Amino acid sequence: MSLLQGKKVIIIGDRDGIPGPAIEECVKSAGAEVIFSSTECFV
Amino acid sequence: MNSVIKGASYILAFTPDMVMHNGTTQTTERQVNPESEYLKKLEEHLRTYEQVVKYPPNQAYIGNVTPEELAKIEQPWHDKEIEGATRYGKYGEIMPQDEFICLMQMCDVFDLVKLEKNFVAETKQNLEKHPLVGKDLMDRLKEGEEVELIKKLVEEEHSEPLYHNKVLVGCVKRAHDLDVNLSAHVIHENLTSKATNVLAIMNLIAKNDIKKEEIDYVIDCSEEACGDMNQRGGGNFAKACAEVAGLVNSTGSDVRGFCAAPTHALIVAASLVKAGTYKNVIVSAGGCTAKLGMNGKDHVKKGLPILEDVLGGFAVLISENDGVNPEIRVDLVGKHMVGTGSSPQAVITSLVTQSLDKVGMKITDIDKYSVEMQNPDITKPAGAGDVPAANYKMIGALAVKRGDIERTELATFADKHGMVGWAPTQGHIPSGVPYIGFGRQDILDEKIKNAMIIGKGSLFLGRMTNLFDGVSFVIEKNKGKTEEKGTVSEEQIKGLIAEALKNFATNLLSE
Repeated sequence: MSLLQGKKVIIIGDRDGIPGPAIEECVKSAGAEVIFSSTECFV
Repeated sequence: MNSVIKGASYILAFTPDMVMHNGTTQTTERQVNPESEYLKKLEEHLRTYEQVVKYPPNQAYIGNVTPEELAKIEQPWHDKEIEGATRYGKYGEIMPQDEFICLMQMCDVFDLVKLEKNFVAETKQNLEKHPLVGKDLMDRLKEGEEVELIKKLVEEEHSEPLYHNKVLVGCVKRAHDLDVNLSAHVIHENLTSKATNVLAIMNLIAKNDIKKEEIDYVIDCSEEACGDMNQRGGGNFAKACAEVAGLVNSTGSDVRGFCAAPTHALIVAASLVKAGTYKNVIVSAGGCTAKLGMNGKDHVKKGLPILEDVLGGFAVLISENDGVNPEIRVDLVGKHMVGTGSSPQAVITSLVTQSLDKVGMKITDIDKYSVEMQNPDITKPAGAGDVPAANYKMIGALAVKRGDIERTELATFADKHGMVGWAPTQGHIPSGVPYIGFGRQDILDEKIKNAMIIGKGSLFLGRMTNLFDGVSFVIEKNKGKTEEKGTVSEEQIKGLIAEALKNFATNLLSE
């Protein structure tokens, strides 16, 4: 079973790294529930 | 024919008191936690003007230190100094705060900037020595007011105070009693952007062989908005800046797109010139007070100086092809589209390889990539990492995936095709454009044959879309002036037909 199966996940993505929607797709496919997702600009 | 990059300028304005009073990290902290340790300690961490001038990335920004030379200086850079560093550089200058405050008044045409008379008298002496501040600008500087009037305007009339060395030396008045878009805060922010933009344009004109009268059009690509309550982003910083800079034959408009705006604007300018609409277009932008001291909390926590203590500005001149300067390939434009998606692979593909594939080029066929050129000295201690390095890793990874380089070459990809970052974290200022000046020179000196300029924008910050944005274009060595292939005139066609018929008739007769 996936580490993230059934877990609730808060995502903060990085514009110059991995953005929120991309992480969202990954964790959803691993069975997690996304309760918050955003992309931030750290510069 | 492709348009060319005829010149570029880069300026900084050192504004330590604005870090304290106008940077959003500090203004927010003052509202939320006025007794915070950060605010108490902040002042001790501010640098002097001399330190700011000697700071290696700042010397790189104004063109006195090349990216290659900067890379040789061991990081961190905040404790290093450039020997013999000067205020004026190959591409621009670093203006001290007192002169900059006066420049703000010179850029104010609505009598909103009030300055204390002794402050004006002292600063005027320095400004008179400034090589680019002529009589036309000096005449815009007023004699000044009594300090009591300025105090009254700040305390009773909602004016934004202007400090120099912690002393109240002036204020920016609100431009309307009720309209929030004309509040003193907004006017102050817009005038700082305008003044830094004007300073960049003045340097561009002075340091390149250009006459003010030859400029047809200006595109401002900063991140501020000017307008009143009925049109918050009505705009045209561009024309307002052109007016103060004396570009009498110019009009202009603003291009917005967060940090990606300069790259968008350069593509627009290059296309306008190539189409023959205008001959000489300036793309320029001023700086942003809100971002001063943006990562200050982390810098103070780590015992570092406040490194975000300068406003940035730049200007680039796009002109008709002169057969010498680097050409802008508007046919090699990359764009992140609505349907592109957000995975790093999709983003880099859209920005880098989409255009290269059109002409069968590999990632390694581009000599230099100018990405988000933020100074890592600022971002690393704040936990944001080395932004240019992160961008080069992504481009390098795609190059491996496509088979353009071997996996073992990934480690050296950034050294060969990238650079260290040197630009202040002023949003649009570090995005793609910092290398235009150096890149133009590197191409002219035949150190490189081409470069790709990439701009990225965080559209999601405006809460109108979750999307990010990015565009790119390629600049390359000028192919030299070639004669435009003219079309054959009607007269010539008639002549050719007549000649052919005559030959035909002669042949028939001879048979």
